[in-house]
Amino acid sequence: MSDETAQNDFPMGDGPSAAETREKMLEVYPKKTQRKRGKQMLVNETPETPAAIGANSRTVPGIITQRGCSYAGCKGVVIGPIYDILHITHGPIGCGWYSWLSRRNMTKIRHPEETNYLQYSMSTDMQEDHIVFGGEKQLEQAIQEAYDEFKPKAISVYATCPVGLIGDDIHAVCRKMKEKLGINIFGFSCEGYKGVSQSAGHHIANNGVFKHMIGLDDTPVEAKYKLNVLGEYNIGGDAWEIDRILRLCGIHIIGTLSGGVSYDEICNCHNADLNVVMCHRSINYMAEMMEQKFGIPWFKVNFIGIEGTKKSLRKIAKYFGDKELIDRVEEVIAMEMVDVRPVIADVTTRTKGKKAALFVGGSRAHHYQDLFSDMGMKTIAAGYEFAHRDDYEGRDVLPSIKIDADSRNIEELDVKADPERFNLRKTQERKVALEESGFDFSDYEGMMRQMAKDTLVIDDISHHELEKLIELHKPDVIGSGIKDKYVIEKMGVPCKQLHSYDYGGPYAGFKGAINFFKEIDRMISSKVWKLTRAPWKDDSDSQSTAAKEPVAVS
Amino acid sequence: MLEGTTAEIRERKALRVNPAKTCQPIGAMYASLGIHKCMPHSHGSQGCCAYHRSHLTRHHKEPIVATTSSFTEGASVFGGLANLKTALENIFTIYEPDIVSVHTTCLSEVIGDDIPTIVKKSEEAGIIPEGKMVIHANTPSFVGSHVTGFSVQCAAFVNYLAESNGAKKNVINIFPGWVEPADMRELKRIAELLGVEYILAPDTSDVLDSALDGEYKMYPDGGTTVSQLKAMGDSLATLALGPMASALAAEKLTKKCKVDHSILELPIGISATDAFVNALRIAGDVTVPRELEKERGRLVDMVSDMSQYLHRKKVAIFGDPDHLTPMIKFLVEVGMQPAVVVTGTKGKKWAQNIREICSEANPEVEVVPFSDIHYLHQWIKANPVDLLMGNTYGKYVAKSENLPFVRFGFPILDRVGHRAFPLLGYAGGLRLIEKITDAFFDKRDREDPDHEIELVL
Repeated sequence: MSDETAQNDFPMGDGPSAAETREKMLEVYPKKTQRKRGKQMLVNETPETPAAIGANSRTVPGIITQRGCSYAGCKGVVIGPIYDILHITHGPIGCGWYSWLSRRNMTKIRHPEETNYLQYSMSTDMQEDHIVFGGEKQLEQAIQEAYDEFKPKAISVYATCPVGLIGDDIHAVCRKMKEKLGINIFGFSCEGYKGVSQSAGHHIANNGVFKHMIGLDDTPVEAKYKLNVLGEYNIGGDAWEIDRILRLCGIHIIGTLSGGVSYDEICNCHNADLNVVMCHRSINYMAEMMEQKFGIPWFKVNFIGIEGTKKSLRKIAKYFGDKELIDRVEEVIAMEMVDVRPVIADVTTRTKGKKAALFVGGSRAHHYQDLFSDMGMKTIAAGYEFAHRDDYEGRDVLPSIKIDADSRNIEELDVKADPERFNLRKTQERKVALEESGFDFSDYEGMMRQMAKDTLVIDDISHHELEKLIELHKPDVIGSGIKDKYVIEKMGVPCKQLHSYDYGGPYAGFKGAINFFKEIDRMISSKVWKLTRAPWKDDSDSQSTAAKEPVAVS
Repeated sequence: MLEGTTAEIRERKALRVNPAKTCQPIGAMYASLGIHKCMPHSHGSQGCCAYHRSHLTRHHKEPIVATTSSFTEGASVFGGLANLKTALENIFTIYEPDIVSVHTTCLSEVIGDDIPTIVKKSEEAGIIPEGKMVIHANTPSFVGSHVTGFSVQCAAFVNYLAESNGAKKNVINIFPGWVEPADMRELKRIAELLGVEYILAPDTSDVLDSALDGEYKMYPDGGTTVSQLKAMGDSLATLALGPMASALAAEKLTKKCKVDHSILELPIGISATDAFVNALRIAGDVTVPRELEKERGRLVDMVSDMSQYLHRKKVAIFGDPDHLTPMIKFLVEVGMQPAVVVTGTKGKKWAQNIREICSEANPEVEVVPFSDIHYLHQWIKANPVDLLMGNTYGKYVAKSENLPFVRFGFPILDRVGHRAFPLLGYAGGLRLIEKITDAFFDKRDREDPDHEIELVL
């Protein structure tokens, strides 16, 4: 029996089927909650033509959810990692404090005289009188003080919940101070109540970066193959590993949005000839807008997993189309695989056939299935925290997604081709020829197509559903986030945090994959899970559980 | 490291840089986790709840369970009534707590949601099961700090639950203040050593330091029970540890149920622990056991042994007011010299008190409430110190200035000791002396030239 057949015969392992599991998860809910959650939980019955999943819909109040807010998606995820912008949170102290260094966007300053503002948490620390009388003066003063003290090249301002409610016009303050101080200053209306999750914040952030940074610097970039990596946030150094591999291939990254990136790199990144997209959810807006304005094509890549990395490198090489590059990519892959192969051979002896479940992010729950699959592991259930239907079902469903009230409030920029700088990187003929040879542009097939038939797909999984999954299926490892980690581990199942990587990594590319294989091997082989029960719990005869008499010293 | 920080201090009126505090709701959440079978509920955007849960998890490395009203833009316009009602129905049906403890956020405060009215409507709609209850605390983020949030939540326990049946019982209430589960356990151990019957509220021990035994309990064994909270009204006396975190609750209880209270410093170091032990001795009418006296003696012994390494060492310290006051007393007790003291919370009287505590050791001490770690960093650039003490965020300052660093306070995100070992009591004093001298010695052993390395210290 091939591995694939085995997976199809037992998509959920030995436990109840996905449909039974789903029913058991829903059982406890009040009727209305049952109905709402039911739409967000699917059995992947037809992976080739995924069924419609309820995603990007409101979280049910009172459900213990993984989700965060729009501010977290905007400041915390997309803009926050730009190290040489001075970031000011306009609001009470909490939001700025919680988003201070808590996401592991690694970065290095480029010159000794620079400041890495990610080490700083700056806030207007709004007090009650600002709420009553308005906070615009406080913000203006804060920008002035930040400028006087740090002399940054740009300042970015983030609105928190009360700011929108009391009606502070942060954009007017930013414009005024931009004119006064002569540096780039811009704001984001990313109040926490906007949208239904972090996802709204990603969109708001994309719009702001596009309006206020992209295209500011036309200095030509001298490189034969130049691209941007979009939706890569350099958690644990992932972006540096991707950069290392692309450099070996002779490919130059102008900007990585936005892990480890500088303000200047973003301002200059429209000079690239290609955008490759890692996290589709958080940055597809940018890819689309850059194509509309500058004519830069984009496609989805995945540098998480050996097969994903190889495929992505080959696709990039094929895009540029030079034999020299295509050959170089093969050389690099062959060279890197020398180190990878023995590790896979070793860990697979322990990981093959083991079960994983993934509930994280807007792309990671998909990407990390590749890494598990490299190790011979099966993903029995997966879901995103804040993704949309296209991240599950593929971009071909985009036209059929209804815009609801929560999404309608997030601005869609009207982007037109830049008359001077629009430049089709590939002629229409070349693009068509590539497409005819099976090459996809502006593509994302989504998570469900890749998952095995009759596995479980759960959007915005709740605490209760996760508990049930563990109770019924006891996966060998679960990839999730900080809020779930210790719940899962109390139940005796190791949990890998896939937001923070548990302070390890990188996991991208070849070296990252090696790190991940070793880490998962450590987790599922750890002896600690066998220690959770004291020996006398399972055996009433205390003598028989006693250790053998110690060996005499001499 | 912190490249943009210079010794030149400019007046800042509007910009907070590297805060030494966070917002009220997280304090309310932490306090509510110390109640048995209680679900803390955040009434606001779900981001608040996510941030608080994440940070408490990073600090305790334990499951932090809490729910949220998940406000959207619509709820922010029309009010959070529907969201809270739905939330309560779901919480009681799915998670079956005995009590839901609702705290507000800046969002729900700005729109003016009236929680008691919503709870009443939920009751009328039959959403709250028989025998279960919902309490609330107002914790807008633009007022106070995480410490006042904790305080307001403790007062809410009293407001909603404490009852007086007229007959006083020989029980002493202890409000522990915002301390670690290990510290709460230590307070109980001391009270038990003294033979005092007590009610500790809240109590996060056995909730946020639960065993790994393969079974997950949403509501672990620990936590003050609702019946204990009710019974507090019949106790003989209350000891409120930490004026900022505990005085409000103790005063409410005095007013509501006529239970006398004493407000004490957190028992950190020798004299503050003495004061706590003595207050327990008097309130409980008991004798201090020899065992505890021996513990005290061991701490004094260690202070004496290590005195040469502590004498007049300059300390920069930041944290929460309740933690700082007894800690600074202890530093002075052991011969050290507080140089700069910063808290993010407002407190003019507190600052005056710290200056008085330091009046002999260092009359020039710089004490700044409602300030931040950036200010402290700038100050020590111009006025070098020997030791930095504070929460995990201090490590960037410590690295930048190559200072020995002792972590204390909330949060500690990068070390494990606070989970298991108390800083409170005489045992906590021993640990503090160990941590401080280790920090000095580790630096010496690493940096001293070969010919100056000492085998014995």
